[in-house]
Amino acid sequence: MSVQVRARRRHGGALVVAVLGILAAATACSAPGAPQAQGTAGSSAAPATPAAAATSAAAACGTAPVTMDAYIETGFQVPNSLMAEFTRQYPNVKWNIRQDQFAVITQNAPRVLASDPPDIMRLPSISDLVKDGLLKNLDGYATAYGWDKWPSSELVQLRLGPGGRPRGEGSLYAMGLNYSMTGVFYNKKLAARIGMTSAPATLAGLDQDLAKAKQAGITPIVQFNGGATGGFAFPLQDLMASYGPPGPINDWIFNKPGATIDTPANLQAVQHLTQWIKAGYFEADANAMDYPTMISRFTHNSGLFTFDGDWESGNFDKLMPGQAGFFLMPPAQAGGPHAAMSAPLTYGIAAKAKHADCAAFFLNWVATNPVARTIDVQVGGSHPLGATGASMPAIKPGTVTAQTLAAGSVISKENGSMDFIANATGAIYASAWTPELQKLFAGKETPSGLLSTVQSDYKQELGG
Amino acid sequence: MAPALGMYGLFVLRPLALTVQYSLYQWDGIGPSTWAGLSNYATVLSDPALLAIIGNAFKLIVSFSVVPVLLGLAVAVVIRRISASRLALTARTVLFLPQVIPLVAAGIAWSWLLSSTGVANQFLSAIGLGGITRAWLGDFSTALPAVGLIGAWVLVGLCTVLLMSGMTKVDPSLYEAARIDGAGLWREFTAVTLPSIRQEIAVCVTVTVIAALASFDIVYISTQGGPGEATMVPGLEIYELAFSHRQVGLASALAVVLIVVVLACVLPIQRLARKGGER
Repeated sequence: MSVQVRARRRHGGALVVAVLGILAAATACSAPGAPQAQGTAGSSAAPATPAAAATSAAAACGTAPVTMDAYIETGFQVPNSLMAEFTRQYPNVKWNIRQDQFAVITQNAPRVLASDPPDIMRLPSISDLVKDGLLKNLDGYATAYGWDKWPSSELVQLRLGPGGRPRGEGSLYAMGLNYSMTGVFYNKKLAARIGMTSAPATLAGLDQDLAKAKQAGITPIVQFNGGATGGFAFPLQDLMASYGPPGPINDWIFNKPGATIDTPANLQAVQHLTQWIKAGYFEADANAMDYPTMISRFTHNSGLFTFDGDWESGNFDKLMPGQAGFFLMPPAQAGGPHAAMSAPLTYGIAAKAKHADCAAFFLNWVATNPVARTIDVQVGGSHPLGATGASMPAIKPGTVTAQTLAAGSVISKENGSMDFIANATGAIYASAWTPELQKLFAGKETPSGLLSTVQSDYKQELGG
Repeated sequence: MAPALGMYGLFVLRPLALTVQYSLYQWDGIGPSTWAGLSNYATVLSDPALLAIIGNAFKLIVSFSVVPVLLGLAVAVVIRRISASRLALTARTVLFLPQVIPLVAAGIAWSWLLSSTGVANQFLSAIGLGGITRAWLGDFSTALPAVGLIGAWVLVGLCTVLLMSGMTKVDPSLYEAARIDGAGLWREFTAVTLPSIRQEIAVCVTVTVIAALASFDIVYISTQGGPGEATMVPGLEIYELAFSHRQVGLASALAVVLIVVVLACVLPIQRLARKGGER
């Protein structure tokens, strides 16, 4: 009634009526999203089974010209080099490559996979994508190519239960191009200045090196913590692994029922990080520093340590040859086991991909072809996937790449691999870890407050 | 008329209606959705974190709206007085330049200027204020004012040009009459200039208040809402909720609330200006 009165009185009232009309029309439709989801969920529930003998190139990719749609991450050369080499070996396969920053891929992934499905794509956290039926179930390929005979720890992070949870068990929904690992890089020139001749064997030893650097006027740790990605998660998770076993941390990341991040060992880790902050071991502008700035500062000798991953090994060997060293985060007790965040460089196949067989053949080729494995190590700096005892390319001794690869075998021997705490849910990094770590650095959050906030955000996300 | 209305309906009204519809569901953007009634709105209006984000938008009104309008008035008056000189043209061009530069580029340039080794800190160190240098966009207490500074820089030129164009319309005989009556510069400004450009001021205030409440690009480029949530604004939070958290319903509810807040702020300004004009 009031709408009619207003419409008569004012010209603009017609607009109100139009809005209400369209609104009524829109809301009269079905709930958003429902029909589409039914269509996609069915198509990926069953494992992909390649046609008989599809494990040959001719069967998987054909002999006629084919163009593969790839969606990859900007700033990392490995996929481009691998795809170029693949085309050299199989000239009928060409690539249509689209590149974006990882943050953009994270936000676009569900819509791209649903409406413009690439054959092969760099993937963020995959639980929600599996829940929506957007990724191809790779169990069939795994059996056909023998991926299930590889060390199970290599692909465990890419296995999911029905409906996407928990992670770490169930069907295989993605593959890796290689297997990256994190630890502590150091600048050998600055290390010599403080008399650091070998990598610290315990956390106390690392503390001593940090104190010595501070006294010598050297920035002890160059670590980014700005923008939407709190890089203090790297030292924090390393400290967690010093104080406690990686198992409970993995359970939390894999969304096992009842898992919590708010444990006494993790509290010790956050308290230790707080001590480092209070001692002034980080740069004063850490909360405004982004990742490229951190790399630039470390390679320009402005800090002793940086907590990062082996994907930078090749870069460091090029930018500061012979000057970068690497060690795994030392345990709290002498002789204790080592642990490190390590994860496959995750790539998957869209449930509705047009050339799924060829994409799977490519993924298998990356792990088994000697040239591809060499590219993985020399360009990417990371360990190739594949069966134990598969060929390893020769690495120049003394390079940081050689050191990170050697550290990788320590981690697999000691079973110390963890996924990244930022990957526990789709939004936990941006919504909880990053702001909380920025507050911790600014002295606006307590160690126990940080853990309880992250845990409550985690529960809220998993519940919703 | 009909094609225009069709376009308007397709690209403005339909998305608006869909936003309202989505706000009543829990939906991740792809999978099935569940009816949520008004619970998303209850969350927006009761979650202290979300209310703090809306509060940030109101704080930005000071630097996005109050400062540019006052500064724009002062500059416009000065430029009008020296309108014959070449300096006036230069000043006008320089001040309007931020409107031509894409906001993304401006945000990147300013984040360099305000970084720990940027020009701002170099200048402060040079004049002996090295003690207060900091990463302005990475410090909890200065990040929001620093974002506000970028906004003020962008909007002061727009206000200046708008207000100046209003002043050129004023009948010169009014100024002459005021001067004959013995009015000084200040009296001339309050008695002749201000009442004559009332409409232009209203436009300036409206545009800048909307820019403050619906800000996105400057914040996205310079701080991404950090450190912590110190510079998080509704526009960026809507984007984060929809595309990172995949809570399309909650994001839509916040968007609808933002529309209502903007209208509640802007409509009274319009009414005030219209009443004044009728008098």
